[in-house]
Amino acid sequence: MLSQEALAQIDQEARKYPAEQRQSVVMSALRIAQAELGWLSRETIAFVADYLDMPAIAVYEVATFYNMYDLEPVGRHKLTLCTNLPCQLQGADRIAEHLKARMGIDFNETTADGRFTLKEGECMGACGSGPLCLHNNHRMHTHLTPESVDKLMDELK
Amino acid sequence: MSLHIPDTQVCLWTLGHENPSSLATYTAHGGYEAIRKILAEKMPAGEIIEQVKVSALRGRGGAGFPTGLKWSFMPRDYVGDKYIVCNTDEGEPGTFKDRDILIYNPHQLIEGMLIAGYALGARAGYNYIHGEIFEQYQSWEKALEEARAAGLLGHDILGSGWDFDLHAHHGYGAYICGEETALLESIEGKKGQPRFKPPFPASFGLYGKPTTINNTETLASIPWIMRHGGQAFLELGKPNNGGSKIFSISGHVNKPGNYEIPLGTPFATLLEMAGGVRNGHKLKAVIPGGSSAPVLPGEVMMDLTLDFDAIAKAGSMLGSGAVIVMDETVCMVRALERLSYFYYEESCGQCTPCREGTGWMHRIVRRIEHGQGRPEDLEELVRIGGNIAGRTICALGDAAVGPVVSFVRHFRAEFEYHIENKRCLVGA
Ligand SMILES: Cc1cc2nc3c(=O)[nH]c(=O)nc-3n(C[C@H](O)[C@H](O)[C@H](O)COP(=O)(O)O)c2cc1C
Ligand code: FES
Repeated sequence: MLSQEALAQIDQEARKYPAEQRQSVVMSALRIAQAELGWLSRETIAFVADYLDMPAIAVYEVATFYNMYDLEPVGRHKLTLCTNLPCQLQGADRIAEHLKARMGIDFNETTADGRFTLKEGECMGACGSGPLCLHNNHRMHTHLTPESVDKLMDELK
Repeated sequence: MSLHIPDTQVCLWTLGHENPSSLATYTAHGGYEAIRKILAEKMPAGEIIEQVKVSALRGRGGAGFPTGLKWSFMPRDYVGDKYIVCNTDEGEPGTFKDRDILIYNPHQLIEGMLIAGYALGARAGYNYIHGEIFEQYQSWEKALEEARAAGLLGHDILGSGWDFDLHAHHGYGAYICGEETALLESIEGKKGQPRFKPPFPASFGLYGKPTTINNTETLASIPWIMRHGGQAFLELGKPNNGGSKIFSISGHVNKPGNYEIPLGTPFATLLEMAGGVRNGHKLKAVIPGGSSAPVLPGEVMMDLTLDFDAIAKAGSMLGSGAVIVMDETVCMVRALERLSYFYYEESCGQCTPCREGTGWMHRIVRRIEHGQGRPEDLEELVRIGGNIAGRTICALGDAAVGPVVSFVRHFRAEFEYHIENKRCLVGA
């Protein structure tokens, strides 16, 4: 289900923890699985559980607890905009309106062509550079303006 | 206008140097000298802890607990593994200083964790890094590789015979994991739900072993203290509030950003460094220590100095040093609506008062904001707050109540106007 590279990455992460604490790698394993498969289906979760020798329910608990795991399919490009207060004060609402208008969707929706998913996020610990958003969980784009949002969207095919 | 920025930078001094994050830059300016000296002299752990006590370093993660005292809780003659854990789960709205430490001075954090690991007899350390800053998770791992290659981590560090290693653990989006025992659960591969205390982490921490958890900025301050002495650090700040502190200032200022200044600096000075209130607007309100800290009216804030004791005396908290500035255009009901949503969304669901109460508070604030408020709503908010605060396993419950109660207390007229007139007082 996961590629050899993904499994090798999980094994690499597992070396950080004592051998008898293999469960510690579950968060990384789910992240790596999601990066490869786009989202976490029940089957993927069961596979990770098997690989780590954990009960599937324990892995499912982790996958449902942390906000950045996607338990449903998302578009090729998931943009998560921080709308918490500091970013709001610095203009996140205007960016939210712009993103919604350009994509033609609301928060928690995906465009019909499967290109974009728009999410609302909580403080990402970078408020001084807000408004800002996260692209596919791992890349942050700061100091957003309607113009920079347009440019970003054009780059994401 | 040129502003005098005092030369008192403890953590972010690498800014302005070329390649601020590199090992070469750090070592060229005295980096890793403190741990070298400690290892060469086989300095007794008690001496290190004593310096940290003298420094009056207080935890930079929010609670302001004296670090030296915390370290002295670790059992000294425990046989078995012990751990040091760094808390970079920076998720308290308004706080963005630890990310800058990872970006601009990753090696000082590594050295701080080495010194802490040595002083506390730990076999390894973990740094729990906020989910949304994956790029810094990767770059800090690179810094670890650099340190390992230079013999500063791993087996027989600098030929001293001491073994110690550090690792990064990546979070994935849960504010609650900043709470130290939720963080430990999360490293163990579980849902991040806080543990009941006691037992405290110093006796039952990561994997059930004695563990000390400190904030990133706390640990990154340690090398400075060991290099210059605890007394020098204390003198940077003021009694009981040692050192400089990074203030993350955001919201309605011209130059949001991090400013590392001595504890005890007047708020007015910080505001000036940040370019003042945007567009020449009037200052309305300030949340001085991250969103969980009670809000204070602007005019109260203008008379305060930025240190743990002064802010506490004024009825709020210095917290993480996250200063959220609001100007006269802000509707306080709307601002509170967003904050109350945050706590509702992030409550881990373990304790009933917090799980249910944060939702109730959010729905009431939302209906006031949307013109459906009822006359009894303000009393109801305060009453619900009273039934959450102090009745939960961790402090998230109290954190959720702080903003609600303080917004209503200091800006009651605005809330009442919303309820009576079904619209906003700001701009009316
Ligand atoms: C809900 C909640 C969130 C917290 N978030 C953080 C955080 O993001 N970073 C942090 O260092 N401490 C956070 N804390 C405080 C930690 O529990 C702990 O006190 C701190 O990491 C200890 O380090 P220090 O003594 O060096 O400050 C949080 C506490 C609570 C209750
Ligand atoms: S509020 Fe948006 S990053 Fe902190």
